[in-house]
Amino acid sequence: MPTLNLAGAGRLLVLVAVFLAGVWSQSSGVIDDFIFYLPDVHYLAVQHLWLTVMSGGLAILVAIPLGIWLSRPSMARVAESMMQVLNVGTTIPTLAVLALSMSFLGIGTVPAVFGLFVATLLPIARNTYTGLKGVDPALKEAAAGIGMSPTQRLLRVELPNALYVIFAGIRTALAINIGTVPLAFLIGAGGLGELIFTGIDLYDPVMMLSGAIPTALLAVVVDMLIAITAFVVVPRGVNPGRA
Amino acid sequence: MIRLDNLTKVFDTPKGAVTAADHISMEVPSGEICILLGPSGCGKTTTLKMINRIIRPTSGKVFINGEDTTSLDTQDLRRNIGYVIQQIGLFPNMTIEENITVVPKLLGWDKAKYRERAREMMHMIALEPDAFLKRYPSELSGGQQQRIGVARALAADPPVMLMDEPFGAIDPINRAVIQDEFLKMQQDLKKTIMFVSHDIDEAIKMGDRIAIFREGKLVQYSEPDELLAAPKNDFVESFLGEDRALKRLNLVKVRDLASEEIGLVRPDDTLATALQRIESYGYLNSIVMVNHKRQPVGIITAPVARTTQGHCRDHYQSVPVVVSLDDDLRKVASLMFAHDMTWVPCVDDDGRIVGQITQRAITHHLGSRYRAHSKGDDGVALDEASPSSAPKE
Repeated sequence: MPTLNLAGAGRLLVLVAVFLAGVWSQSSGVIDDFIFYLPDVHYLAVQHLWLTVMSGGLAILVAIPLGIWLSRPSMARVAESMMQVLNVGTTIPTLAVLALSMSFLGIGTVPAVFGLFVATLLPIARNTYTGLKGVDPALKEAAAGIGMSPTQRLLRVELPNALYVIFAGIRTALAINIGTVPLAFLIGAGGLGELIFTGIDLYDPVMMLSGAIPTALLAVVVDMLIAITAFVVVPRGVNPGRA
Repeated sequence: MIRLDNLTKVFDTPKGAVTAADHISMEVPSGEICILLGPSGCGKTTTLKMINRIIRPTSGKVFINGEDTTSLDTQDLRRNIGYVIQQIGLFPNMTIEENITVVPKLLGWDKAKYRERAREMMHMIALEPDAFLKRYPSELSGGQQQRIGVARALAADPPVMLMDEPFGAIDPINRAVIQDEFLKMQQDLKKTIMFVSHDIDEAIKMGDRIAIFREGKLVQYSEPDELLAAPKNDFVESFLGEDRALKRLNLVKVRDLASEEIGLVRPDDTLATALQRIESYGYLNSIVMVNHKRQPVGIITAPVARTTQGHCRDHYQSVPVVVSLDDDLRKVASLMFAHDMTWVPCVDDDGRIVGQITQRAITHHLGSRYRAHSKGDDGVALDEASPSSAPKE
C-alpha cells in the first residue's frame, strides 16, 4: 500500500477544503450574491481604473520632469530641501488630502483626481531624482568628455541608466494609487469604494468583498503590467531582470 | 601637437583659494605620448581635464595643432579629442557596438560607415567583432572593457587623445599586455597623447616625454632617459626612486651600447688559438665559436682550451645566451646575472654575430650621464625643460 508523503497529504487537504468551500458557498447562496453585484463591479471597476489612469498619468507626467529638473547640477543646492517638502506632503494622510481638495474643488471626480495625484507624485519624483543622481559619475564624465551635449547626456546616458529605478517608483506609486482610490468614493468620485464602504455600513460582507477583492486584483494586475513594461523598455545591459 | 600656455586653475574652497595648476606651459609634439606624472593632488589630472574643459581653466590657453581652442565650441572640441578615463565609463545601457560608434554618430557619420568603423576598431584591439559587438559592457572582463574604452576614444580618429590613468584599474598582468598592445597601435596611429599616471614604471614604458608635477607646478619635463639620468631636484629624485639607474635599463637598446669588437673562433681553429684569443680579448671563461655565416654554434671554455689538444669543432659546448640588437638592457642585465657572465654576444635578425655587449659598457653608460649631471650646476632653470631645449643624445 503506497504511503502518502507530506506534500501529497497537503494537496489532498487543499482539494478537500476547496470542495467544501464550494459546497458551502453554493448552499448558502454566496455565489448568487456575488453574481448579483457583478454589473456593479464591472461599472465601478472601470470608474476605478479611470481614476487611477488620470491621477497616475498626471503624476507621471509631472513627477518625472520634476525629478529630472531637481537632479540637474544647477539645482543641487535646493534639490534636497525640495524633496523634503514633497516628503512632508506624503506624510499627510490621503484621506486628509482628499478632504482638503474637496474643500477647495468641491465634490466629484476633479478633487478626487487631484488628491490621488498628490499622493502618487512623491514616489515617482523621488525615484526619478535618486535614479538620476545614482548614475555613476564616471559615466557622466565619459559622456561629457566624448562631446555629448547636456540633453544628449540626459537622454542617451542618464535616463536609460536610471530607468529601472524610475520604473520601481512608478510601480510603488500606482500600487498606492489603486489602493487609495476607494477613498475617492467618500468625496463622490465613485470607484470600487462604493461597494466597500456601503458594504461596511450595511454590515454586508458580500457587498464589501465584491468591492475589496476586485480592488486587490486590479492592484496586482497593474503591478504586473508595469513590471512587464519595465522588462521590455529598460535596456538589456542595465536590466537586472534580463541580465 | 598640444601646447599649453600658462594654463592655471584656481579652485575656490571654503578654506580659501587653492591653486591646482599653476601657470603650466608645455608642448607635446605630434605623434608623441606625454606622461603627466606625480603624487596625488599634484595637479596632473586637473591639467589634463582643462584641455577638454571637463575643468574650466581659470586662465591660460590650450592650442591643438596650432589652433587656439578657446574660441571652439565645447562639444566640437571634445568630439575631436579622444578621452579615456580610469573608471572606463562604458555606457552599460548600450551594446559594445553602440559604445564604440557613439562619437561617429554624434559627428553625423552615415550608418554603413560607422558600423564598418566599429568592426575595424575591434580588429585593431584584437577582439572578435562577431563575438563582442552585440554584447553589453557588463558581460566583459575589466581588461576587455578598457580595450573597448580605448576603441571608443579612437573611433572618430581624433588627432589628440587624453588618457586619465587608463590602465590603473586593471590587474598588473593584463595591464602590461594592454600597455604593449597600445604602444603597438600607437606606432601606426601616431596620435598626440597626454596620459596621466602615478606609476613611474608605466611612465617610463609608455612615455616619449614625462612631465613631473608637484603641488600644481610643472617641475621637470624631459625624455624618460634624461629624467632618470638627471633629476632636476631632490623631489624628482626621490619620486623616481633609488633604483632609477636600473629603470633606465628599460630605455636603452643593445644596439646603442654593443661593441663590434668580439673575439671569435672557427671550428677549424685549434684549441691553442682559442686559448690565446680568450686571453687576448680578456675573457674570463670562454669564447664563441661561429660557423662560416658568423652564426654562433657553440662556446669553447677556457679550462677545456687549457687542458686539451685538438680542434675547436670537437670540443665546444652549447651557447648559453645571445641577445638581439633590439633587446633592452634590462633583459641583457638579467641574462648576465642569471648566467654569471660579464659579456653577451649580440646577433642581428639573421642570427649572425655582430658584436658583444659587456657589463662594463652598461655600468659605464648608466654612470656617465649621471656623473656628468651631478658634477654640473644643479640649479637648472625650469624653462630649460621645455621641449625645444630637451637634450637628446
